[in-house]
Amino acid sequence: MNPDAVFIAVLVAAALAVTLGVALGWAAARIEPDADSLVARIDALLPQTQCGQCQYPGCRPYAAAIASGAAEIDRCPPGGEVTVRALAALLDRAPRPLDPAFGVTKPAQVAWIDEEKCIGCARCLPACPVDAIVGASRQMHTVIAAQCTGCELCLPPCPVDCIELRPAMVVSLRYRQPRAA
Amino acid sequence: MTELLLLALGASLVNNFVLSNFLGLCPFIGVSRRFEAAAGMALATLFVLTIASGLSFALWQWVLVPLGLEYLRTLVFILLIAGVVQFTEIMVRATSPLLHQLLGIFLPLITTNCAVLGVALLNVDRQHGLLESLVFGASAGAGFGLALLLFTTLRERLDTADVPQAFRGAPVALVTAGLMALAFMGFAGLGAR
Repeated sequence: MNPDAVFIAVLVAAALAVTLGVALGWAAARIEPDADSLVARIDALLPQTQCGQCQYPGCRPYAAAIASGAAEIDRCPPGGEVTVRALAALLDRAPRPLDPAFGVTKPAQVAWIDEEKCIGCARCLPACPVDAIVGASRQMHTVIAAQCTGCELCLPPCPVDCIELRPAMVVSLRYRQPRAA
Repeated sequence: MTELLLLALGASLVNNFVLSNFLGLCPFIGVSRRFEAAAGMALATLFVLTIASGLSFALWQWVLVPLGLEYLRTLVFILLIAGVVQFTEIMVRATSPLLHQLLGIFLPLITTNCAVLGVALLNVDRQHGLLESLVFGASAGAGFGLALLLFTTLRERLDTADVPQAFRGAPVALVTAGLMALAFMGFAGLGAR
């Protein structure tokens, strides 16, 4: 094979790669912002506890419901008044008190497993929305405090009630402090 | 017209890519647990297959052949498929974030779905024209989707079936896939290519 052919081959492959790269970059910049930017901005204000107290499976579905008008902004107890005010500012609506039907605001908390009592049944693992519980069947479980959002979803499945919630010592990596817009 | 119809029938049923050519088995096993995910995967693969077979034909016909670079086809097609898949991912993420989450890693893995590269290479080998390539790609995608959806519904039933301990999970899924492949062999009697 002569050197020219190799040169052309490399040139063609490189040209294709660059063309695809530019086209994809353009598509990403073009398609991303307008499709669900409102949902994304609402989602960014929610605390990301994924606790489901709003009766939606997680924060993003709740954000989608707010954006479509299916749900009011007063359904997020972990976010509290701060989040309601931030959402009201974002959506240009009047702030309203939190609806007590969906729970009350509590200080930041993390789950803690009493390892003496844990029987290693692994039932709390699928319940955790953020995969913060480490453990396997017949092995003692433990909670990664930095990942835990304190959502309390692991309490009902536990057959021996060995999980309790304690005040958060470290701020969770997942949990976003409620903040103003 | 009859020619195209036979081609479509052949690619989707008689020579079904999953069940008689055994291409694209990883998503076939991997995304067949839940119907919603499988339906999304089937649509995404159909989209990618159609676009990728059209584009790869264009690239072959108007770039690789004139320049005498036929030996580069595998590399170039993979690059092209990766680009189309990435584009599909951007589209899915923008239109349905939930589906994007549901498909997870399997969406980018369409790149390594051998059915996609297989269709692109078969188009070239059989000297299909542009229209034929598009029809072949789309019907291969439809055949893949059909097999995937049928298999998913079977697997959802298997979840509640009383399967012997040793066969639970992947083994019984593979046995089922084998039985489905046997059933699809029946289409060979249709006599289409």
